[in-house]
Amino acid sequence: MSNEIRFRVNGREETFELTDPRTSLLNCLRSLGWTGVREACGEGECGACTVLVATPDADGGSRWTAVDSCLVPAAELAGQEVLTSQGLGTPTALHPVQAALAGGGGSQCGYCTSGFVTAISAEYYRPGRAAGEFDRASLDGTLCRCTGYRPIRDAADALAAPAAADALALRLRAPAPARQAVDVTTPGGRFVRPATLAEALAFLRAHPEAVVLAGGTDVGVGIGLLHQPAELILDIAGLPELSGVTLGEGAVEIGAGVPLADLPRRLGGRLPLLDDLVPLFASTQIRNRATLGGNLGTASPIGDGPPVLLALDADLVLADADGERRVPLRDYFTGYRTTVRRPDELITRIVVGAPGLLHAFHKIAKRRHDDISSVAVAYDLVLAGGVVERVRIGLGGVAATPLRAYATEEALTGRPWTAETARAASRVLAGEGTPLDDHRASAAYRREMLATSLVRFQRDNPGTGKGN
Amino acid sequence: MADTTDWDSAVVEPAPTEDRLPAEARTVGLHHGAAPQRPTALVGTDVPHDNAISHVTGTVQYTEDLAAGLVGVLHAWPVQAPIARGRIVAVDAAPALAAPGVVRVLTIDDIPGTNQIAFAGDQPLIHPEVVHEGQAVAWVLAETRQQAIDGALAVRVEYEQLPAVLTLDEAIAADEWLFEPMHLLTGDAAAALASATHVFAGTTEFGGQEHLYFECQTALAQVDSEGQVVVHSSTQAPASTQGAVAAVLGVPLHQVTVESLRMGGAFGGKETQADPVAAVAALGSVLTRRPVLVRLDRAADSTLTGKRHPGRAEWRIGFDADLRIVGLTADLVLDGGWCADLSQAVVARALCHIDNAYLIPAADVLGRAARTNKTSQTAFRGFGGPQGMFVIEDIMGRAALRLGVAPDELRRRNFYRPGERTPYQQEVNAADRLGLVWDQARADAGYERLRREVDAFNAAHEHTKRGLAVTPVKFGVSFNQTFLNQAGALVHVYRDGTVLVSHGGTEMGQGLHTKMLMVAAEELGVPLRSVRLAPTRTDKVPNSSATSASTGADLNGYAVADACAQIVARLRPVAAELLDTDAGGVTFADGIVSGGGRTRPWAEVVEAAYVRRVQLWSSGFYSTPGLSWNAAGGVRGTPFKYFVYDAGVTQVEVDGDTGAYRWLSADLACDAGDSLAPLLDIGQIEGAYVQGVGWLTQEELLWDTSDDPARRGRLATRAFSTYKIPGLLDIPERFGVRLMTGFGGDGSIHGSKAVGEPPLMLAFSAFEALRDAVAAFGPAGHEVVLRAPATPEVVYWAIRDARAAGGAG
Repeated sequence: MSNEIRFRVNGREETFELTDPRTSLLNCLRSLGWTGVREACGEGECGACTVLVATPDADGGSRWTAVDSCLVPAAELAGQEVLTSQGLGTPTALHPVQAALAGGGGSQCGYCTSGFVTAISAEYYRPGRAAGEFDRASLDGTLCRCTGYRPIRDAADALAAPAAADALALRLRAPAPARQAVDVTTPGGRFVRPATLAEALAFLRAHPEAVVLAGGTDVGVGIGLLHQPAELILDIAGLPELSGVTLGEGAVEIGAGVPLADLPRRLGGRLPLLDDLVPLFASTQIRNRATLGGNLGTASPIGDGPPVLLALDADLVLADADGERRVPLRDYFTGYRTTVRRPDELITRIVVGAPGLLHAFHKIAKRRHDDISSVAVAYDLVLAGGVVERVRIGLGGVAATPLRAYATEEALTGRPWTAETARAASRVLAGEGTPLDDHRASAAYRREMLATSLVRFQRDNPGTGKGN
Repeated sequence: MADTTDWDSAVVEPAPTEDRLPAEARTVGLHHGAAPQRPTALVGTDVPHDNAISHVTGTVQYTEDLAAGLVGVLHAWPVQAPIARGRIVAVDAAPALAAPGVVRVLTIDDIPGTNQIAFAGDQPLIHPEVVHEGQAVAWVLAETRQQAIDGALAVRVEYEQLPAVLTLDEAIAADEWLFEPMHLLTGDAAAALASATHVFAGTTEFGGQEHLYFECQTALAQVDSEGQVVVHSSTQAPASTQGAVAAVLGVPLHQVTVESLRMGGAFGGKETQADPVAAVAALGSVLTRRPVLVRLDRAADSTLTGKRHPGRAEWRIGFDADLRIVGLTADLVLDGGWCADLSQAVVARALCHIDNAYLIPAADVLGRAARTNKTSQTAFRGFGGPQGMFVIEDIMGRAALRLGVAPDELRRRNFYRPGERTPYQQEVNAADRLGLVWDQARADAGYERLRREVDAFNAAHEHTKRGLAVTPVKFGVSFNQTFLNQAGALVHVYRDGTVLVSHGGTEMGQGLHTKMLMVAAEELGVPLRSVRLAPTRTDKVPNSSATSASTGADLNGYAVADACAQIVARLRPVAAELLDTDAGGVTFADGIVSGGGRTRPWAEVVEAAYVRRVQLWSSGFYSTPGLSWNAAGGVRGTPFKYFVYDAGVTQVEVDGDTGAYRWLSADLACDAGDSLAPLLDIGQIEGAYVQGVGWLTQEELLWDTSDDPARRGRLATRAFSTYKIPGLLDIPERFGVRLMTGFGGDGSIHGSKAVGEPPLMLAFSAFEALRDAVAAFGPAGHEVVLRAPATPEVVYWAIRDARAAGGAG
């Protein structure tokens, strides 16, 4: 079997010989001579290696989607189209984004600049963006150590709309390349990207030891920065059976493989708590790849997805080669990064019932964007006549697993929704879990943040007093 | 790497000239004032970075990229110790050598020369014992990077763990010091404190800082046809790197050439820390006769290389009835890590900046560096200056609250006045500029109006408070060590009139090469496009000092100008002959040589000179005059050619529930003299300020100090995911910079002044704004104590203390 990967880079057909299934798109592009793509962090935090991938858009067209190439396995790009800073423009024919950055002092050492060019271009080409309307939040995953950002921000803010004849804009009217199945065996191991869920489950039954990638934004860090081995990789990103969102009468079903960035649009406001979550979840580049299935699959106690889904009392659908089973999320986690999921199972859907009217997601971190939570708290609350009829609170960062704050929920239920009630219950909330001292925060601060979070939630959401 | 877009013809929008726009009209990209005007055409104009176009098109090359053109490159990867201190009992490389692609494992026995790479004499390339977690015990050479990494993980090392010293308290208790204490001594501080009206005492604590240059340490070495070792190194100090390589190989300096192409950021972190990586690459290439590339990844870089020194100071300060400082005693202790490296010079600069902008008539300050089992802390933008200045600014911020006086009033009242001297007895030149820059920053910010707005906001909000502060910077420019203040250049004029400039300074993104192009073009009277800058090489300009201490443009600018002036002097008689006029009447400008009412193209004059056997190239040299320095028996002298004066105003909003904050505005007034390149200088100012804000707020370096033997001494913040630099959404919405006019003329090149480091310390205004906001949660007179970095958690606890002091619990 050939271990060649063929894909398009900057309009050119490229062939890459894979020698290790762990090889990232970043290293692949560099070895093909596209050295404008550079590694600074190796874990999807800094965005210096950002490239654009043509991905399907809602209306049959495509978009240029910004991803951190250090976290994308090269083999996943088989048959795909990639753009780097070197494909956007050349020294004699600068792209408008490049011209804006170069003329205004937007680069100093230049090492991050390719990443800014591509990350800004993703927003530049966003369908429907008007001239001068640049969403700065799209740069929440792109860092610079030299400039202090002001000239980059100014350059982005002032961007016009793409010209009518802009070939890269016109490209977006056509569909994105189809997802391609891959099965490559290399000296360093095997990379399998099945065509269907059934194939994936059959493979997992035969190879339960496989490392499963569903976007790779967590596993990729282990491989890239922590040098963890991965001799057999099963890549389920983009499987059609995991990409659906069903807005049912009572419940909402979210495919485990839907990128987080797509969730608000596809949920259409049905789950406001998820709309609160998404902008605070990692960064643009990560949200373009990360999935709820992956976030629950790695079962990190500091992931931001689980607290929200716990507050929403979500169920998970787990599938194996023989069938499906449904597990309440509250019963899913069994210990530090361990769950009831068997190695031959995959999370296929997340099922969420009707949410309460009052909701909030509080994230405590050192940096307001693109940081890991010291503490994350999610609330979903139903009032009846000014009294707490039902409340669910999901917690992250305070134990070896994400938690439901059952004792606090009990302390609130049936009580009038007042500042006094919240203050009293906040003392219970501060006692939930077993928070640790670590480099993100002290245990004492984590407990305080639990307490102040509830007081703030009540203050921000005093309710109508007439039920809702 | 010549860029083909013609920047000479690029139209640059002039900076706005309105000084007093309404605040709402000044939201982004605010640059107060116009660039200083000079009679010359080029120097002082908004020339973009020489590599701007190759940066944005991704075509620019860094050291790692050079390996792509070579055949048979080996990749080196370190075997890193998992413990902070211990004996190395055995190193078994056999499993690595059996792994695919592994070619060789370098150990301490492979070093042909001396196992020493630093001038302090206490830094082996491969240490025989473990002195910090992450230390390289051996290096694996393999065919691919992944194979080198896998090979390094396969090397079996047996350690005997020993007790490690990690905290300052542990180091002090163990009496572990890197060198003899240094002393800043003037007047009788004890007597001054005894007679002072107000005396305050306290402790000031500050953290270290990871450079987090985006390009990790990189070197590519090969042996050339003549047996010479050529090392391409991402280094700020090619001559120092050359020395380290030669020492390890045991060869004379003329057998080693080091080239620094350009760096993907440095900030001081590649002043000495580039040397080990370069030496390993060189050693590997000599032993295998193949090119060897070392390009660390983030975790390896963070655990191998030094950072900004963390530390603390215990102090007592006295004020008289007029609230003027009468005396200061302090014990400043920096955490130097496992070896001295540059720590002694860092302490010296800290002592020379503990006064910042304030007259301290009597001072008794001890400066020390403790030895701990951590990475060896090193140069970082400001080089001790920020640590020293932070102490006095922290004191001023706290004392103002205790005294019940506005902090800006207390600071202003203590400014140096013309003719006064620092505690180390240098006269403070042009001290009146302190007041000028201070007033300008306040005017640009609309300080009085902002103060009223902040107070009104705070009165109206219980859970959110705003803070506002203005702080000054006085920063001394020159290396403290007088002998380092020298530079060389080599300028070639070719027969077609094009020019190649080499100099000893290095490019790390700061735009030094662009400034040197401008200086050369200006001096020779040719267009910018006629001049190219060559990568810095030790075989072009030898014995160069590191590009650091903000001196790059000052020193190398004069060296380049000196070389150019010699060439022009030789061309002048030739031109006079061609123009049939007096040599004195010949002018060189924009590629045209003029005189006697006639003109000739520059290239024609050059060719005519060649035919007449006139030397068309020249070296240039500069040494800063008038400097003196004595560190023995109390630091004393005139170490600095001049002082830079800046002032900054920052406004912040703090969330009382979490301690989280966001920056609302920053207005910075800065002294770049008569700026050589305003676009570049504004970039330095903005970048330094944000980097300083990072140091003082969210960038937290932490080592595990627990008793768990498996974790003790481990750097906990070794990656971007755990060490959080400011992001684009963190900077103030309103972010204005003014370059002061009329601040030139301190005898530096074209009246320009150093701009690399001083603005970093404008971030004190951000820290003090946080203090101001926290104070608003408490009663008047409550002393807000914050340590740096003031993370949201630190701010939260301070808010809780403030509320408790007010009885609000």
